[in-house]
Amino acid sequence: MKRVDGRKPTEIRPVEMKVGVVKNADGSALVRFGNTEAIAAVYGPKELHPKHLQDNEKAILKCTYMMAPFSTTERNKPGPSRRSIEISKVIKEAIEPALFLEEYPRASIDVYILVTQANAGTRTAGINAASLALADAGIPMRDLVSAIAAGKIEGEYVIDLNGDEEKVTLADIPLAYMPREGKITLLQMDGNLPKEDVKNIIKLAIDTCKKLYEMQKKVLKEKWLKEGVE
Amino acid sequence: MNKVFKKTRDLVLPGELVVESMDYLPGRNCFREGNGIYSKRLGLVYFKGRVVEVVPLAGPYIPEVGDMVIGEIKEVQYSGWIVDINSPYQAFLPISGIREFVDSLKTDISKIYNTGDVIYGKISVVSALKTIYISMKEPQTRKFSGGRIVEISPVKVPRLIGKGGSMINLIKNKTKCRISVGQNGRIWLQGEKEELAVKAIMMVNEKSHTTGLTEAVERLLDRGE
Amino acid sequence: MNIQNRYMMDLINKGTRLDNRGLDEYRKITIKSGVIAQAEGSSMVSIGDTKVLVGIKMDVGEPFPDTPNEGILIVNAELYPMASSSFELGPPDENSIELARIVDRGIREGKAIDMEKLCIEEGEKVWIIFVDIQPINHDGNLIDASAMAAISALLNTKMPKYEDGSVIYEEKKKKLPVKDIIAMTTFINIGDKVLVDPTIEEENIMDSRVSIATSQNGNICAIQKGGMHGIKPGTIEKIFDKAVERGEEIRKIIKSNV
Repeated sequence: MKRVDGRKPTEIRPVEMKVGVVKNADGSALVRFGNTEAIAAVYGPKELHPKHLQDNEKAILKCTYMMAPFSTTERNKPGPSRRSIEISKVIKEAIEPALFLEEYPRASIDVYILVTQANAGTRTAGINAASLALADAGIPMRDLVSAIAAGKIEGEYVIDLNGDEEKVTLADIPLAYMPREGKITLLQMDGNLPKEDVKNIIKLAIDTCKKLYEMQKKVLKEKWLKEGVE
Repeated sequence: MNKVFKKTRDLVLPGELVVESMDYLPGRNCFREGNGIYSKRLGLVYFKGRVVEVVPLAGPYIPEVGDMVIGEIKEVQYSGWIVDINSPYQAFLPISGIREFVDSLKTDISKIYNTGDVIYGKISVVSALKTIYISMKEPQTRKFSGGRIVEISPVKVPRLIGKGGSMINLIKNKTKCRISVGQNGRIWLQGEKEELAVKAIMMVNEKSHTTGLTEAVERLLDRGE
Repeated sequence: MNIQNRYMMDLINKGTRLDNRGLDEYRKITIKSGVIAQAEGSSMVSIGDTKVLVGIKMDVGEPFPDTPNEGILIVNAELYPMASSSFELGPPDENSIELARIVDRGIREGKAIDMEKLCIEEGEKVWIIFVDIQPINHDGNLIDASAMAAISALLNTKMPKYEDGSVIYEEKKKKLPVKDIIAMTTFINIGDKVLVDPTIEEENIMDSRVSIATSQNGNICAIQKGGMHGIKPGTIEKIFDKAVERGEEIRKIIKSNV
């Protein structure tokens, strides 16, 4: 099967990853899959206000996912929507398992994700960027988090759906994974498929996450190696 | 079977395996899972005997008792001052923590330290819940008047000080500047070649993880006007 | 911090700044246009460490009753906390609304866009241009960076096709009719000194701020004074001269990136 953009079923779009794109932030990263692009910036750990929200046992992780108005073909109305609020929540739950939040009681760690270009897979691009930004900020983590969406089109399992494919796929399954830990931290599905298909799609997504994990590690190390750790 | 995957000064990422052995112990910024010891943070690995440690390349300042820090007075309260110490945790300077005796009923304590004042203080208390107290009683402590502040990443401060103060003394001597280093990443300086001193400090901030740093800083200082 | 502010003031009084610039010296400017595939036009502008992304979207709608044969310009700014810890989540505050309105006024009053060419059917259908300003990193002088990114993005804009009552975003050919390149220069006053291109530290200690938009013929087409202090008329006059001069330089930079 040939895909609309000429990719093989298991081939991801051209990926770009950059660390350190927002100077004011404590950590930041940009991740692009074809025409989907997300920037993540981390501020913190910092003092949490108001005080009654503080947790004496651990830091509070706050995640915000937002789409730039010009990121979609038809202008996206600025400000939060029901969709962006739900995505912010599942992104937080995808990332939190990777963090040692207990090291910073009473503090907050704020993650801001901005989608600058949306052509499907924005939440997974955002999770990849957030994971890089958190590592860049020096936040203690048990693993990085990698994420990708997969589906099934014309009888074949396909990875990293683009906007056109998202409309025709029998299912859209975004997944986030901690590769070293071997744990799934985000799993959603839109569609209608027998469970065998769903299992196979998840397998394909996990295999791809392992590849993204290697790219994430490489880009994080390059930032420092460029300047010459021996 | 002991498997050691990294050597001292290797760059590691969060979740990266350093050793697989029960003969080693996880030290700072490391954790154990099964037989493995992993790094929690982006940083450089150090083996200290059987203890594996990671010195982070980024991250916040977390106060420890005895640290000298540069703080800014944020708020004047009845019984002391709230001090921003460039950390997730604000510090409190109680009136009992200053040299002179003050009767808070009769004194306007903002005459002593007011909002915006910058002080060089010592961390005196760190509770389990990270309640931080600061003291201005020790001889090195003082309020700054004049000079300027530069900020670097707090994790780079040990490198800026250098072994036995070698790096900071080099910068002080070659620039004829008075320099006070806060463990919290704030540096106060005043003197003849301030610009040159700032350049040297920023060089340490950016290249702290590279070898030959002392020589590079020395060359920069010798080139300087 | 008191001592840091005093130190900056001392430098400024000596005619220099924390980053060694002269008082009327800009930081390095870079412009990258056409960076957003989904937008009709886009531009990322950096001035030093300040980074602003502007995207242009177009749609078709009803004209305003008082201008039945003209297109509609809508400028919006989102001060998302990603760019600065001084920004807060929530509906647009006075700062984001002011920023959007200053940029809007420069483009509108400078007649940068030929609005009549954006009329499809008088009184019924006209093009709407959405200019969305998205700061990525805020290190001062957001106004100049936003205005520069906005005009660069407009120059980069290709209009979608309009056919049988619907906008076909996949087909973009015609360039947006941009007639004038508006240049915005912001000055801040600290004591009796005037500075261009302030950093965030400088903005934090400024007495007042004046932003001036100029058009190609050297006219002033929008002004906005901000800040809690007054300015002497003599200072304003000098600022006008500089704004016109500086506007020429900015236009050169914008043109060289088209």
